[in-house]
Amino acid sequence: MKKEAQILSEALASQLGESETLWAQLRRMAKQNKLAVASAVLLILLLLAAVFAPVLTPYDAVTGDTANRLQSPSAAHWLGTDEMGRDVLTRLLYGARISLAVGVIPTLVSLALGVALGMTAGFLGGKIDYIIMRFADVMLAFPSLLLAMVIMYTLGGGVVNIFLALALVGWASVARVVRSETISLKESEYVEAARSMGVSSWNIMLRHILPNCLPSLIVLFTLNIPSAILSESSLSFLGIGVQLPNSSWGLMVNMGRQFLYDAPWISLAPSVAIMLVVLSCNFLGDGLRDVLDPHLKRG
Amino acid sequence: MDGKILLEAKGLYQEFPAANRKKVHAVSDVDLTIYAGETLALVGESGCGKSTLGRTLLQLLPPKAGSVIFDGVELTTLKKKALKPYRRQMQLIFQDPYASLDPRMTVRDIVAEPLETYKICATKAETTEKVKTLLHAVGVPEEFLHRYPHQFSGGQRQRIGIARAIALQPKLIVCDEPVSALDVSVQSQVLNLMKDLQVDFGLTYLFISHDLSVVKFMADRVAVMFLGKLCEIAETRDLYETPLHPYTRFLLAAIPKADPKDREREKNLLQGEVPSPIDVPTGCRFHTRCPYATEQCRREEPPLRAVGNRQVACFQTEF
Amino acid sequence: MNDLTLKIENLSAGFFTDRGYVPAVDSVSLQIPKGQVVGIVGESGCGKSMLARSVMGILKYSGRITGGSIRLCGQELVGMPEKKLRALRGKDMAMVFQEPMTSLNPVVPVGKQVREALLLHEKMDRKAAKQEVLRIFERVGISEPEKRYNSYPHQLSGGLRQRIMIAMAMVCKPKLLIADEPTTALDVTIEAQILQLMRQLSKETGMSILMISHNLGVIAQMCDQVYVMYAGKIVEKADVNTLFADCTHPYTKGLMGSVIDLKENPPRLPAIGGMVPNLLHLPEGCAFAPRCPYASARCQKERPSLLPIAQGHECRCFERGLG
Repeated sequence: MKKEAQILSEALASQLGESETLWAQLRRMAKQNKLAVASAVLLILLLLAAVFAPVLTPYDAVTGDTANRLQSPSAAHWLGTDEMGRDVLTRLLYGARISLAVGVIPTLVSLALGVALGMTAGFLGGKIDYIIMRFADVMLAFPSLLLAMVIMYTLGGGVVNIFLALALVGWASVARVVRSETISLKESEYVEAARSMGVSSWNIMLRHILPNCLPSLIVLFTLNIPSAILSESSLSFLGIGVQLPNSSWGLMVNMGRQFLYDAPWISLAPSVAIMLVVLSCNFLGDGLRDVLDPHLKRG
Repeated sequence: MDGKILLEAKGLYQEFPAANRKKVHAVSDVDLTIYAGETLALVGESGCGKSTLGRTLLQLLPPKAGSVIFDGVELTTLKKKALKPYRRQMQLIFQDPYASLDPRMTVRDIVAEPLETYKICATKAETTEKVKTLLHAVGVPEEFLHRYPHQFSGGQRQRIGIARAIALQPKLIVCDEPVSALDVSVQSQVLNLMKDLQVDFGLTYLFISHDLSVVKFMADRVAVMFLGKLCEIAETRDLYETPLHPYTRFLLAAIPKADPKDREREKNLLQGEVPSPIDVPTGCRFHTRCPYATEQCRREEPPLRAVGNRQVACFQTEF
Repeated sequence: MNDLTLKIENLSAGFFTDRGYVPAVDSVSLQIPKGQVVGIVGESGCGKSMLARSVMGILKYSGRITGGSIRLCGQELVGMPEKKLRALRGKDMAMVFQEPMTSLNPVVPVGKQVREALLLHEKMDRKAAKQEVLRIFERVGISEPEKRYNSYPHQLSGGLRQRIMIAMAMVCKPKLLIADEPTTALDVTIEAQILQLMRQLSKETGMSILMISHNLGVIAQMCDQVYVMYAGKIVEKADVNTLFADCTHPYTKGLMGSVIDLKENPPRLPAIGGMVPNLLHLPEGCAFAPRCPYASARCQKERPSLLPIAQGHECRCFERGLG
């Protein structure tokens, strides 16, 4: 008599279908979600442009050419020049360095902080949960911009301090989402299975809970980048963010404000850049979530 | 079955807090013995506490009172660290094959997890080899090693869960409704497989199920549970041929038989609903639904007493 | 034949997905005479729920009816405008689902939810409607109907919720009741009560029932006629006694074999090998051929059609399961 396992094995082997690698999954997303692909391409191009700015443009971002003040866009200056005669495109490329860094770095830091605190709170529960979450509530009760301003006033302006301020402002909302995900994942049967095998709490968090929070984290990441960029713009606008002669997109919008009627391109160019980055991040986030979520992949 | 006791529970209680400072009496005063190598089925309707009892025996839920002796060792007083070597010897198979496998892990990683937790193998390659052997034992070809759970059907997933459970060569496996989420034809495949594995790996099963037909096929002995208490324990054949407790009798009579002629038979159906485990009836917990209930049943709780080689919790002496 | 409650002819329905068309129901014909209980058996994914939903006109996701006809008491339902269909739903035909909790609104008392159909279809005033609801509650075996009328779904047990669902389906005295695995989520003692109730209701009101189940025990207890479905097609049709005494199709035989007999004690259970085929890549020949112990070369290449083999007994098999 054949053993059941053998019979089953034979039946299954004949059913071996195609397996999808990560690369194949991404290709499938590329086929289905053109918008996400276009967004990814745009963000990569922008990143490259920011890195290779000195090669791409003949002008200097800091010293102006006073003879060419407030020039409208032309073949020489594709996006015109500003009130000090600096090429707007050049400043835009150099500004992208700071704006993109401000978008990504504090968001990553706040994400890490939020994951660590949120997961601890959700997994351990009890008093620790209470303390962490009340602290998060207090953080969330302040308008985030106001909080960032207070931190900036205390620490002083400058790029590194902006990173710090935005990271400290952002973690609370991340912690909230991660905590609620952790609580529901903690009740899942596969976590119970791991626990019944004697897997340690640390390994359960690392191997089961964190990977399953990933879709939400990706969405949070792509949503928080734009808000960090916008916050930096506001801080710079108020004069407590990036300091001249450095340039960020927010600062550029602010500086061009006085010339909105005579030379609208000065504010318009960085505004459009901010908008494009924000939109691209959102589209890319949606696309990635669809690919990475195993529950949506059935069929 | 060689008569050696593998696990013995005595006076086990489990409670959960409910609204208005009341308590859910999920398991009350349960005495249960599991012999090495046997399949003991735990049967009852949803909410009767059978899953909770299973988890309490495994110390996944610390009992409110009572003792659990596994292989001669009292488990209830052990600390987390001291318990770990015993966790290894008792595993759990779940009902829902869609929820019990981590959707983000490959089959290899799922089955390797217990091996890695106890550092069974020295190298990664060795672990993978061991996983392949285990998958082979449950009839999943090794070509599937790097696939994710969602690429499998329910029956295949359940077999992966079984491979994970036998990875550490445990002595006892608590199977919590392992086939009730599966189609009938797949159900037979998984049940046959579990019987094979029991012989090959020398396993003891606590088989929790609401399906009396499945239990008939799998079990050596059956314990019937009603509202947190055991009402009858007997050898499978005795129980199905001559059920003693009225609840067991109703339970057996209620199974829809796959025989159209059977429906002309006048059926003696159990009326009413299961009482709430929060407000447990006084006396015998079954008396509100039992047509034979007497005044004594309403007042006193019948103890589980021996009748021949079986145990029944009922005051009736004539069966 | 005017005494047919439901007549389905060559019905095809399926899903349009990004990987292609999934033919969940493929040229199914089925008849339900007045007052009869007709069963559809099959495993998950065989198309039985899709068939039921097609009749009700409530296909999920990207499901569409792609051909054929459904006549309810002579009235064609395929292609009927949604507005007219909605007027029939709940009045002439009603459905009971597997999981009563998800089909009841959690924030409305159950009595009001049942009353809704009366206000809508029968144009009753509220007071008369409530009386009618209490009457039907009593009819389906709900004790203390007055008290239950104001209960919310979460306050009731699974068995009671399913009784409420049946009351909701029955309240407008439909001609056809579609029951999709109505007892699968219930305990056996409650299941037995609900099955008994449904048979009684059918007998007393002359209502026809389309009973969908994977459980052969439930089918044997409930049905007059049985259709066995596999991979979207009917593979065998017979009256219930013939089917259980003398089934012909190898798949039906396999299903019957995997029912555990409470009297015998086999060392292992007969199982159907392999698994249900992917509807996107159906085999060239008979859909069951890859799992069939009797399959011949012809079965691998050609698709058999559903042919009568005796009075009222049809089977889709070249070998007729006799090989």
